[in-house]
Amino acid sequence: MSETRKPSFSRRDFLRGAGALGASGALLGATMGQARGHEGRHGGHGDQHGMGGGRMSGGHSMGAGSGNTTEGNVDTSRFDPMKFLRDFDYGETRREGGRTLREWEITAEDVEIEVAPGLIYPAWAYNGQVPGPTLRATEGDRLRIAFKNNSSHPHTIHFHGFHPANMDGVFEVVGPGQEFVYEFDAEPAGMHLYHCHSSPLRKHIEKGLYGAFVIDPKEGRPAADEMVLVMNGFDTNFDAANEVYAINTAAFHYQKNPIEIKKGELIRAYVVNVLEFDFINSIHLHANFFDYYPTGTRNPRNGKIEPSEFTDTKMFAQGERGIMEFRYDFPGMFMFHAHVSEFAELGWMSFFDVKSST
Amino acid sequence: MRREGRGPAWVLMGLLPLLGLGVVLALIVLNGAGVSRSDVPPAEELTVQGVTMPTENEFVVEVRNGGPAPVTLSQVIVNDGIQNFEAEPSKTIPRLGTAKITIPYSWVQAEAYEIALVSNTGVTFDAEVEAAALTPGFSGETLFGYALIGFYVGIVPVALGLLWYPFLRRLGTAGMNAMLALTIGLLLFLVVDTLGEAVEVAGDLPEVLSGIALVILVTLMTVLALLSTDRLFRRLRGGAQSGGRLETSYRISFGIGLHNLGEGLAIGAAFALGESALGAFLVIGFTLHNITEGVGIAAPILKEKRPRLAHFVWLALLAGSPAILGTLLGGFAYSPLAATVFLAVGAGAILQVIYEVGKIVLKDSGPDEAPSLPAALSSPNLLGLTAGIAIMYATGLLV
Repeated sequence: MSETRKPSFSRRDFLRGAGALGASGALLGATMGQARGHEGRHGGHGDQHGMGGGRMSGGHSMGAGSGNTTEGNVDTSRFDPMKFLRDFDYGETRREGGRTLREWEITAEDVEIEVAPGLIYPAWAYNGQVPGPTLRATEGDRLRIAFKNNSSHPHTIHFHGFHPANMDGVFEVVGPGQEFVYEFDAEPAGMHLYHCHSSPLRKHIEKGLYGAFVIDPKEGRPAADEMVLVMNGFDTNFDAANEVYAINTAAFHYQKNPIEIKKGELIRAYVVNVLEFDFINSIHLHANFFDYYPTGTRNPRNGKIEPSEFTDTKMFAQGERGIMEFRYDFPGMFMFHAHVSEFAELGWMSFFDVKSST
Repeated sequence: MRREGRGPAWVLMGLLPLLGLGVVLALIVLNGAGVSRSDVPPAEELTVQGVTMPTENEFVVEVRNGGPAPVTLSQVIVNDGIQNFEAEPSKTIPRLGTAKITIPYSWVQAEAYEIALVSNTGVTFDAEVEAAALTPGFSGETLFGYALIGFYVGIVPVALGLLWYPFLRRLGTAGMNAMLALTIGLLLFLVVDTLGEAVEVAGDLPEVLSGIALVILVTLMTVLALLSTDRLFRRLRGGAQSGGRLETSYRISFGIGLHNLGEGLAIGAAFALGESALGAFLVIGFTLHNITEGVGIAAPILKEKRPRLAHFVWLALLAGSPAILGTLLGGFAYSPLAATVFLAVGAGAILQVIYEVGKIVLKDSGPDEAPSLPAALSSPNLLGLTAGIAIMYATGLLV
């Protein structure tokens, strides 16, 4: 990375202070003032790029303000965040020993992913995608995950949930070319995650080895339009800070391609924060409130699945996740984004396009 | 020794090493040099040449690719916010190529901005705006404004300094010698100052352009070139030893002119980039600083018959007007490369003038016009030299 360089004239730097003392800039002040007026007449160049949100209710690629968005579009043939959004992988399912067995084959691979249009990041990925596939099962199912490491580095899969020590994906490091089969019961019901637990841990997570892991309660949840929101970010210049933030990897993707939902329909969003470097992340829903189920688990006091909070903004620590349920009663375009404004402006900015069911 | 002919065989002999070189290069291009590291990506290097704000709604960043491979920009981040942008002529900047990146952004007057250009591999290149302010556009008024600054910091002080001529003529021999020594002092300060500035600007250049080497070598070549013109002039004059001291004054004027060009470039660029607060204080500082330059120009001709008045006008214009050119170039077409070369040429020109004036001091101070170093280092002369440096240093504090 190149240093910041700019023309500077140290001898004249003195001026900046001196001029600020208020010496009357009669000569230049007048001249420059005229220039300002002149330019001001055809100002507003930015408006060509900025989108007047209110005026363009149906428009594509709406910006949060003047030009605060990415340039170009990501190649969705490599990874389509819109497809990933509602893509739940239930695995190869069969009955075994009187109960449901779900089997998955997961590989770890070194792949290049597009984290913003034209911005290629050398990722480590489960099944070649970041986030990895959303694995979904029902409470009590037997899960068998055959893991093959096709990457050049040792990896594991560490699932959040209940399982024996040797299934924890910590001590049984799977070297390049090696395989390991994880087998355990799906417990407890809730919204979980899985990620690599090889050392150095932060590197293995920030490189993209993570995914959502949903365990439905036996009794199920009410019918809804379900989606997965993985809050992530990428350190593209390896300075231990994220350059871009996103929901499901591609910065600003759901801003440029709003998520269509139906007016009045129950929406259930499985949300997880897998951000590295930053301690917290958050999600804020516009013009609405949501029922929030922390970790999507049961209330320990009464064993019922009930929300802990009714709010429009929720903060997430690293690895924290939960389920949001809401309905939109008005059609139109609604923002949802990190209320950490910096993350929002660096890509964690999305839209719901609420359609009237006609 | 037999002198061999220069037939076709001779031409072939001259071409032989080149042919060999061609074969080796072809082999390397085709087969690699055996030392390539395909696992290591080529280092990307973009140098930010400047950030301007032509309107209240945009930043324009100019960059040059100083790295070994083309660089493709993917995104632009302004103060931790991704912003869309346009790149002219292209998002892909070839080796040594430049691009103008226009970012729509409603910046706030006088606030600081950090712009990160993100390449397609995720490398970031930072550009800084210390205090956002409108960059003066190209118009009749701004043109006049810049020219006026150049006039105030260039022509006015030199002309005023030359007005000391009648006063200085009555100083007497020792006094006049001391004035010449003072001139050397002024010039010494100027050459060090100019070189310092050249090196500073050269630091803004991509490494591949070898900024520091450029400064040293351009300075050296300028000295040599000016020394050789001395011989050229002598031949034109029909072998006369010296073209008279008026010619020395013109040379000083020329050298100072080049220095003032560099100074103008710096002032113009500083204004254009919004790095200096606008104010009459700057103009006053430079006027005071440069007034001594007129004294320096007048010093060699103190003992001569007074030249025609027109000569004084020409001397003032030669030394002062390049400042106008400088402020205009710096304000509207600033290029660190051109500025580096201009400043180095200026340094070389002043060095050559120091040599010329030094010769005069040696000659004038010695008994019977015989050059004498001990005589030249007399107390009044040393005092003059020190005073010259001190004056420049003191007035330099004003700018």
